[in-house]
Amino acid sequence: MSVPLTLLGLLEREPSYGYDLKRDYDSYFGRSKPLPFGQVYATLARLSRDGLVEPGEVEPGDGPDRKRYAITPVGKQEFETWLGEPVEPEPHLQTVLFAKVVLALMLGRSAEQYLDTQRAAHLQRMRELTELKRQNSLIDALLADHGLFHLEADLRWIDMTAARLPSLAEAVAS
Amino acid sequence: MNDKASLVVDRRTDYVIEARDVVFDFGETPALRGANLSVREGEILAVMGPSGSGKSTLLHCLAGILVPKRGEIYFSGRRLDTLSDNERSALRRDTFGFVFQFGQLVPELTAEENVALPLLLGGLRRSEALGRSREWFKRLGIDGLEGRRSGELSGGQAQRVALARGLVADPKVLFADEPTGSLDSLTGELVMELLVTAARQDGTTVVLVTHEPRVAAYAGREVMVRDGRVSSLVPDMHAP
Repeated sequence: MSVPLTLLGLLEREPSYGYDLKRDYDSYFGRSKPLPFGQVYATLARLSRDGLVEPGEVEPGDGPDRKRYAITPVGKQEFETWLGEPVEPEPHLQTVLFAKVVLALMLGRSAEQYLDTQRAAHLQRMRELTELKRQNSLIDALLADHGLFHLEADLRWIDMTAARLPSLAEAVAS
Repeated sequence: MNDKASLVVDRRTDYVIEARDVVFDFGETPALRGANLSVREGEILAVMGPSGSGKSTLLHCLAGILVPKRGEIYFSGRRLDTLSDNERSALRRDTFGFVFQFGQLVPELTAEENVALPLLLGGLRRSEALGRSREWFKRLGIDGLEGRRSGELSGGQAQRVALARGLVADPKVLFADEPTGSLDSLTGELVMELLVTAARQDGTTVVLVTHEPRVAAYAGREVMVRDGRVSSLVPDMHAP
């Protein structure tokens, strides 16, 4: 799960305080593992150093959280590129797939196109494993099958998600 | 056989099968809404998509079983959808092979007679047809089952007999509609392995309709049918 890129995506909606980012991150992506405040600010500092976000003026008031961060054009480009790239097809990637779908819907991007790109990447990997299975020993075939069944499970999730995109978009918007 | 003579080349193409803006309705229900597809010679193409998306209807149009309401189907550059019923039957019998989800063997015939059927219908002598049929029993590892009737075959055996029947006439294109749909995973993989090996050895083009990714992974490329239209997940790198 890429915390920096996910925060960048959340910042693309509107400039936000670290506190807002943590709240939204936790409610969408960190339900079982909330993001520590320290990590939010450390990440924002790194993104700022790399020119992907810029902190606003310190606003008057109490508490440490008085800077609003905004995404820069370079940051936008970085996020856009990440969003369009398929995740490396390995088992147990649901959280990254999930984050990309939710962010795409949240930001009005084509989640369907992303899911197609991911589906193609998964099927390509399945083709490679099938070829491996056809040409090698039973032990290799057994290992390839383990990968194939997990990729198939991902694909079922991708199909189900693609079929539900309109209602998911509504749920994310509300 | 004379029907073949009337097939003229309508357009030059590198593709063995092409669909152009194909529309097909079942009564009031639209099944295909402008489907486009091009299949290269020797290619094994998986046609995927959810139930009811139109993928089987597309296969039936490509194979000349159904005639589209609008649009064009080409086989090796020859217009297929405007042929007469008899011409299309002849083309299916002589040039195409078929495997369906449930073997659909003729129960009154023995397994080897079932396999020989396309050759017999094509006018080949019985002894020669049965001879060629038996070669396929060996090739697909089902020799010994030649004399059985479909009721005496397991699902996997029946499907291998059906595959032999689909390939016996050395078709240019094999149309396979969920060929492993009624089989367990292991038997399904065996059938796919045999299908792909035979097709690659003989250079047979395969159009494989399936909703199962593990079956589609035996193909070289896949397209998705959604709401009666075809979309490629990735651009066709070989397209002219």
